[in-house]
Amino acid sequence: MNVTVMDRAPEVSTQSQLGFVDCDVHPYVKSGADLDPFLSERWRKHRQMIGGRARQALSNSPQYFRLSPGTGMRRDAWPPGGGHPGSDLDFMREQVLDKFGVTHGMMLPLIGRCSDERNVEFGAALCTAVNDWQAHVWSDPEPRLKGSVQVTAEYPEAAIAEIERRAGDRRFSQVMIPPRGLEPLGRRRYWPILEAAAANGFPIALHLGGTSGHASTGGGWPSFYHEEHHSYVQSMEALVTSLVIEGVFERIPNLRVVLVEGGFAWMPSLCWRLDKHWKRLREEVPHLKRLPSEYVRENIWVTTQPIEEPERPEDLLQTFEWIGWDRIMFSTDYPHWDQDDPRFAIKVPLPEEFRRKLFRDNAMSLYGLA
Amino acid sequence: MATETPVDCDVHPVVPGMVALLPYLDEMWREMVVRRGLDELNSISYPSNAPLTTRADWRDASGRGASTPERLAREAMAPFGTGTAILNCLYGVQLPFSEDLGAAFARAVNQWIAHEWLDRDERLRASIVVAAQSPELSVAEIERCAADRRFVQVLMLVMGDQPLGKRAYWPIYEAAQRHGLPIGVHAGSSYRHPPTPVGWPSTHTEDYVNQAQAFQSALTSLVTEGVFAKFPRLTVVLMESGWTWLPAHLWRLDKFWKGVRMEVPWVDRPPSEIVRERVRLTLQPVDGPADPAQLGRLLDHMGSEEMLLFSTDYPHWQFDGDRALPEGLPAGLARKMMVDNPRATYPRLSV
Repeated sequence: MNVTVMDRAPEVSTQSQLGFVDCDVHPYVKSGADLDPFLSERWRKHRQMIGGRARQALSNSPQYFRLSPGTGMRRDAWPPGGGHPGSDLDFMREQVLDKFGVTHGMMLPLIGRCSDERNVEFGAALCTAVNDWQAHVWSDPEPRLKGSVQVTAEYPEAAIAEIERRAGDRRFSQVMIPPRGLEPLGRRRYWPILEAAAANGFPIALHLGGTSGHASTGGGWPSFYHEEHHSYVQSMEALVTSLVIEGVFERIPNLRVVLVEGGFAWMPSLCWRLDKHWKRLREEVPHLKRLPSEYVRENIWVTTQPIEEPERPEDLLQTFEWIGWDRIMFSTDYPHWDQDDPRFAIKVPLPEEFRRKLFRDNAMSLYGLA
Repeated sequence: MATETPVDCDVHPVVPGMVALLPYLDEMWREMVVRRGLDELNSISYPSNAPLTTRADWRDASGRGASTPERLAREAMAPFGTGTAILNCLYGVQLPFSEDLGAAFARAVNQWIAHEWLDRDERLRASIVVAAQSPELSVAEIERCAADRRFVQVLMLVMGDQPLGKRAYWPIYEAAQRHGLPIGVHAGSSYRHPPTPVGWPSTHTEDYVNQAQAFQSALTSLVTEGVFAKFPRLTVVLMESGWTWLPAHLWRLDKFWKGVRMEVPWVDRPPSEIVRERVRLTLQPVDGPADPAQLGRLLDHMGSEEMLLFSTDYPHWQFDGDRALPEGLPAGLARKMMVDNPRATYPRLSV
């Protein structure tokens, strides 16, 4: 969408010479019926008769209407053979995997609203179905694509069973939870799920989204998608705050958390704020043994898209430095309207060492990719 | 009024208790207070005994801070050579659901401020406290107070019933603009919604940290809904916001405006331009890097030396001793923050 950026000539040294790990790719179904083969008869019937019920008013579309069809898709991403953007493997290869020399693409499916389903038994069945669908429809024919284990956080037993079912399966690289749940993710009742992920070697990917039923700002419901999109950042900030202050990383020191599609430039300010006010209020949270920013620095990774665009592009380098070069991973967010192009998204030359970390090494090391 | 002395744009006089307000309530509300045993409207945003709420050496014998104009002058003004202080009373008139009750207490608080503070120290100015749960009654209170030129601003909480840009609040902004009063948006919530988009946090620490996110959302709302286009002479001051989030937020606002502006055509120029022109932020708390050189870089990312307004946030504990100004301020910024920027922001300080 960054028209001015797209006009630029490509950098001489592109990521494609390095091998590139794309940390946010979205596979879609052509229709909800694509999941039927992976649902039991009972839930197939339920899907057809009742359908999904999230914590919002509209049955299928988001409450904040996007600016392009298909819930905010790139207009040129509709497959020539039909179907939703992201639903055709060959076209995905053409537009992202082959085009950018992607060696590994992390799939973060946004289908079925399985994690948001109010009927948690249906939600759990949908999660299993989406996971089977990722494995069979995507990873098997295209091993570069790695799945994210869908779970419903409001049904911990099922979530843990699902995590254990996928443990050791190289087609899956992480567990995915939408940031907007009923309660902040650091709350004690979610710990068993976080523990299961850590114990089975899965990072937790928090990809923006979820229908919590709560207003998307602390001051109430905004009017516009223009605001809703920013509120995703505030969700991420609140989740980082919750995970750190509740002591999750003291309790589960090997838990690794990846923030996806929430940007990152807000992170330094949040860390300064956490440290500053923790010093005043630490007696309230004596379970924290270190500065809050140290937990963030050690346990949290960020992906780049939608990359922040300072008026002076070089200001971004300072932000990268404040966060730490070993915690930032490039992502395209294909096929969404605001997808970042790895050739143009970063408008300042990066030192080669940082370029390798950003486009490849950090993800390879986090996900244990070979 | 001296025009060369510092202006402290955010200090908090503390209502000692309901009994202090009784003289300023009309007979019906006085009876309500007594018969129903209404004894306080203190917000859970600032637990009385929490370290952040009142700096230890600023607590009086009863444990309260900022209890008299004399203490304020001695503790918050003298150490910094402050010539003017703007009082933002955080008594919880926005918290009850009843619009009438909220408005009655807002009126009482404003009268209490005028008589117990402004009348007793001519260097003090104040924000008009309004119970924004009723925009209509808020406008009436602004009209009542505006004739007193010692009221220099209208005070709202960053989190209320609706995002601050919503049209329901526009009558408040119309009245404020007409009287030359900036809208001061202060940390705090009437807790009509969970304070985060992901639900209710467990701790006071999280609630306080999350205030910064609420400011980001409120600023987004004010820009997106077109408040600055509709009210071209209105200034908004974000108070106790922990402003270090602003550069990154402006980067995003500009980027998404480019992609999504079709939805909000009245936002007819980059949000960063609007914000730098029309929005000001008070200094404390400085949620910045400890290293002065790094803080200097962050201030450079702000892209303006006009935006920050000096504040101590007295009696909240944001700094120790008299270190209200962080190290690492560029030459000249301290003076701008303390003298020039407040005077440019608050027209009523100059007349």
